[in-house]
Amino acid sequence: MRHIDPNELRKDFPILDRTVHGNPLIYFDNAASSQKPRQVVEAMVDYYYNHHANVHRGAHTLSVEATELYEQARKKVARFLNAPTERSVVFTRNTTEAMNLVVHSWGREHLRSGDEIIVSVAEHHANLVPWHLQAESLGITIKTVGLTDQYRLDLDGLEQAITDRTRLISIWHMNNVLGAINPIRKIADLAHAAGALLLVDGAQAAPHVKVDVQALDVDFYTLSGHKMCGPTGAGALWARADVLAGMPPFLGGGEMIGKVYLDHSTYADIPFRFEAGTPNIAEVIGLGAAVDYLEAIGLEAIFEHDQQLTRYALEKLKPLDGIMLYGPEGDDRGGIIAFNIDGIHPHDVASVLDEAGIAVRAGQHCAQPLMRSLNVPATARASFYLYNTFEEIDRFVDVLVRTRDYFAAHV
Amino acid sequence: MSILESLYKEIILDHYRSPRNRGKLASATIQLEGLNPSCGDELELYLDLEKETIVDVKFTGEGCAISQASASMMTEVIKGKSREDALELSRKFKAMIQGEGVSEELGDLTLLQGISKLHARVKCATLAWITLDQALAKDESES
Repeated sequence: MRHIDPNELRKDFPILDRTVHGNPLIYFDNAASSQKPRQVVEAMVDYYYNHHANVHRGAHTLSVEATELYEQARKKVARFLNAPTERSVVFTRNTTEAMNLVVHSWGREHLRSGDEIIVSVAEHHANLVPWHLQAESLGITIKTVGLTDQYRLDLDGLEQAITDRTRLISIWHMNNVLGAINPIRKIADLAHAAGALLLVDGAQAAPHVKVDVQALDVDFYTLSGHKMCGPTGAGALWARADVLAGMPPFLGGGEMIGKVYLDHSTYADIPFRFEAGTPNIAEVIGLGAAVDYLEAIGLEAIFEHDQQLTRYALEKLKPLDGIMLYGPEGDDRGGIIAFNIDGIHPHDVASVLDEAGIAVRAGQHCAQPLMRSLNVPATARASFYLYNTFEEIDRFVDVLVRTRDYFAAHV
Repeated sequence: MSILESLYKEIILDHYRSPRNRGKLASATIQLEGLNPSCGDELELYLDLEKETIVDVKFTGEGCAISQASASMMTEVIKGKSREDALELSRKFKAMIQGEGVSEELGDLTLLQGISKLHARVKCATLAWITLDQALAKDESES
């Protein structure tokens, strides 16, 4: 395996040259959205300057070229996930839309009153709220599984939560606050043994971990392009082809139809059945370029770099008094570190870090039930990616210590 | 001067650590919750409004130093004020936070004027005040 040289990769990201409040930007908010390399932006510019037209409709050259670029991106995403066929890759705006698609389409088709689905207390709101919107009308029960004291999913609790009414387990791959990585294959086996399906929120994992939907044996996998060097507005749902083929449309309109009459319609085959209207063509092409970019570096190398940065940061942070960390021990975790400084609200910490040019997230990370279960009102969160360096972590820890000491001295 | 010295001054931190008028108010005639859902700041405002005068005010909730200090200082300046005067102070405070001038009537609250340059924190500073506006409007529509 090759190793990452972040200083070499940084040259691909023009934004990393800028300053914030007079200091070099240190971008540690990658779990919210990653920065974009030139290669991705240029693929989108090339499309707009040389190939733009609507896709899948039109006999002219530009439309054919645009369609080819768009469909190439589908093949790239399929390859990225080791999917058996690109026919089961549906482009969405993001993970949230992909989750909503599954809940509305698969959920409304297959869930009956009394059925159960299982989620955890540590889900992103995108894996809770879509269920809340449907639970009452479908009459389903949403069961929740907790965490161990090591900030990992309670697998025993999950096993106990499964009943003969369980139809689906819907769970994160890498947690967006704790960084914990779930043993997806094991969870898939549990689900399938009970005759249930597995839906995986891959928003955090897909940018950092090699995902193989066949080896993981999942039924649905979702991702957001903008967290993996791609543009905003392009994400994907992958589903097992036979499962997807049995799902009714989500949105109706152009491009997703077979025949349309005044009073009824028939619908296109997969995946087009789920892509109503003109899609985000440039963004999807950008997502394809992002996949190329990540694969050229290698997902194994990216994950190794994440882990080295995380280990280094945790070694520096753990001995510090007054700094609380929320996340599991061990290597089976990603480059996401949730933390607080004792007695200081994370917003205040984030403002001081921002003045030093360091971008972190502060708040509840779209995970209010997790915040309640951790018994904290909010946390700060630093999250790393392929262009981050050890020197940046040194500076981050220095500012953190200075912030802690200032507030401690002024009580 | 760094943000620590310019914004997180002793008085602000004192209000954060030892908020004034914190707690529930049994005699409240108006009670309203204010939320910043994106960041998790929560505030419950209790007002005892008698004959158009705020005779007592308290608050509970969780939030950053800016939101808590702003709420604490707000309760100090609006206690004893008429509804109209309290709303006028609220207008002046929000104007200051928008960078539209500083009114001396705001007293220690003027220490928060630096927020006008920290756009990410405007919602923190104004949460208590927007809740106050809504609470007073709610009372008016009900009475």
